[in-house]
Amino acid sequence: MFSKRLNTYFNLEIKTAPLAVFRILFGVMMLLSIIRFWANGWIAKLYLEPEFHFSYYGFEWVRPLGDLTYLIFALCGLAALGVALGFKYRLSIILFFLSFTYIELMDKTTYLNHYYFVSCLSFLMIFLPANRWFSLDALKPGFARQKVPRWTVGAIKLMLGIVYFYAGLAKLNSDWLAEAMPLKIWLPSKYDLPLLGDLMQQEWVHYAFSYSGAIYDLIIPFLLLGSRTRWFAFGLVVVFHALTRVLFPIGMFPYIMIVSSLIFFSPEFHERVLKFFKAALSRIKLYRAHDVVLSTPLTFRPQIKYVILGFFAFQLLFPWRYALYPGELFWTEEGYRFSWRVMLMEKAGYAQFKVVDGKSGKSFLIDNKDFLSPLQEKQMSFQPDFILEYAHYLADHYQQQGYENVEIYVESYVALNGRLSAPYIDPEVNLAEEKESFRPKDWILPFNDTINGL
Amino acid sequence: MIKKCLSIVLAAIVIACSSSDDPAPDNNNGGTDPTDDGPIASFDRSAMLTNWADNIIVPAYEEFLATAEALQQQIDNFNVNTTEDNLNLLRDSWLTAYKSFQWVSMFEIGPAEDARFRARLNTYPADAATIDDFRTTGVYNFELPSNIDAQGFPAFDYMLFGLADTDAAILEFYTTDASASIAKIYLQDLATAMTGLAQQVLNEWNSGFATSFKANTDASANGSIDKLTNDYIFYYEKALRAGKIGIPAGVFSTDPLPGNVEAFYNQEVSRELVLEALQAAQNFFNGNGNGTGNGRGFKSYLDFLNTIKNGEDLSTLINDQFDLARTEIEELSNNFVSQIQSNNTAMLEAYDELQRNVILIKVDMLQALSIDVDFVDTDGD
Repeated sequence: MFSKRLNTYFNLEIKTAPLAVFRILFGVMMLLSIIRFWANGWIAKLYLEPEFHFSYYGFEWVRPLGDLTYLIFALCGLAALGVALGFKYRLSIILFFLSFTYIELMDKTTYLNHYYFVSCLSFLMIFLPANRWFSLDALKPGFARQKVPRWTVGAIKLMLGIVYFYAGLAKLNSDWLAEAMPLKIWLPSKYDLPLLGDLMQQEWVHYAFSYSGAIYDLIIPFLLLGSRTRWFAFGLVVVFHALTRVLFPIGMFPYIMIVSSLIFFSPEFHERVLKFFKAALSRIKLYRAHDVVLSTPLTFRPQIKYVILGFFAFQLLFPWRYALYPGELFWTEEGYRFSWRVMLMEKAGYAQFKVVDGKSGKSFLIDNKDFLSPLQEKQMSFQPDFILEYAHYLADHYQQQGYENVEIYVESYVALNGRLSAPYIDPEVNLAEEKESFRPKDWILPFNDTINGL
Repeated sequence: MIKKCLSIVLAAIVIACSSSDDPAPDNNNGGTDPTDDGPIASFDRSAMLTNWADNIIVPAYEEFLATAEALQQQIDNFNVNTTEDNLNLLRDSWLTAYKSFQWVSMFEIGPAEDARFRARLNTYPADAATIDDFRTTGVYNFELPSNIDAQGFPAFDYMLFGLADTDAAILEFYTTDASASIAKIYLQDLATAMTGLAQQVLNEWNSGFATSFKANTDASANGSIDKLTNDYIFYYEKALRAGKIGIPAGVFSTDPLPGNVEAFYNQEVSRELVLEALQAAQNFFNGNGNGTGNGRGFKSYLDFLNTIKNGEDLSTLINDQFDLARTEIEELSNNFVSQIQSNNTAMLEAYDELQRNVILIKVDMLQALSIDVDFVDTDGD
């Protein structure tokens, strides 16, 4: 019965305009993001200057490629342009997905949920016929389609809905709701905002922001779905993301989310957007109409349905993997990433590594600045997988320097959401001996407090 | 409808961009008087910057300049009447200036940062071979980065205490030695460079830097609070904790390095200097200088934030830890070289107490103040 309804759903159709608008805006946004990243000098700063990079487990082979790294970014930018223009779209979006994801996998220091979001979306877009309308590809006779299967638009809505809703679920914890943490730390430091600066010092404002943030994330997908609440919801989206842009350094993300949420509007809305684009392009004589083929519906290979279903099953389940680990998620971070936990906690640490020559028994402490960039040191100091990978790097480094049977110990402290800093990693454990895996890390010291909730 | 949609997006972008890029027109949010018993509505960060600049930093440089000029005078005196008495007077004024330096060393911001103030005045161990070369040839350029360990207080330390084992023998380097006259000029030039640096930094604070420092109440990484806080922490961690205790005690090397103590040739004042530096760091934490300041500083800032947060009483924890570290250091011999050689464990214990405050200041205090350590401008999420 369910599968029958699913099959019916897979046979419904919708106008192609929403997909076309989404493709154009997504491509443009990505192109701007790459240009901004490059112009800020971040390629050199984040990927070329550090001598060591933190890898994702299983992706150690993905590394910056020296000056060729610029080529990857160039490729990524060109692919984004290809997506926006709908030029050799399938190739463009595949190249974009691969190059963008490669960039993100080069060093997990720079992990951001919105980069993961871009990777997810671009993977999804590989399977969507977003170039069937208002694209260079569609100039090929017979290629354009006025209608596409409805699920292709629904998939993007579902992806966005998951991001919002899961981000909202993650906020349902006692730190966020009962303590208004971490906003109680973050907001008072925004004292220099015009108009808002003084308000940011008020406790009730911290609670108001915490609760409205959680409620916003949980209900916005539904408000965007309803045709009567859509404009109101879109207003909320704009206000919410503009506010986060003012308060936090989150780059292009607010704009990407604002633009993406347009997908919820009706096909007629998107046709008007395209008419607007058309007028603009005609004015500079860059518009050429493409054929319209109304008859033949698009057919998909049946496997694609399973790819899409599998992708969403993964999206729905993967964020819950943290439940398989003992201990407090915020403390151990086992299962924290790739779960839409966005701006959720304030965490800082300090990690002092000790190198012991097992043969002579002599030891000395490490100055992390000798090996890590400031950003790497900051991220390393409160994330166990970083600490372990760095310990292994130190062990190899000093082994090569002629020290024998090198043992690595760390004395580390972490402060979470305004709690007093507490010992983090067992200082008696020789980290050179510990292996990275998906198993719980028993050398993380217990969190001496409780955070209730999801 | 398109227009409506576009105008909402545009408005959002305009709001988002303008409010983060434009300096706030009025940041003086009228903080409450600390003596006021009523609930604290907000913390006047601008008043804190004013206290830092006008009551702590500028007076500390004035005091340091005065002691450096006194040192210069004693050199002139010594060079004319090169006697053992005058050598001792010169040594006294060196120590006075060295202690006074401990009250400015942490303010490596703006003019001091540009001049590489701390590196040029207190990089140790001194390079005795290079100094020997300088005092006999008379050819040197203090501006060169390669010469930072042949000038400043450590160079004086070598010139006044390290040239020979006895005072009489040291005196000979300024009287009968073939290059005695060059050595005297080298002493003068050391002092001139020192007063010159002090004068330059003080002048720049007085001729505009203090004004812009106080006006820059931004909450961003470029704001004065963020910058000086990072400089303060860097100083405490690297120059004080590691430089004065940790490195000579061998914390960062396989073996202790007694030759790396501050004032190595004098040998008797290393403890005095670190205690002075510790007091300076603690006073600054409490919003005070050396007998100056009105108490607006990290402590009162943390106390204000804690009225919102109701967390641990962090400022008391940090002050207690300063006191603990002081107690440990006071138990050490005033001669760190012999302390390291006889009982380095006591040095390591002192290091541990200093280290505990690195965690409280760098992790807990920065988190409470929501300041990024060594800010890197990338995106967050």
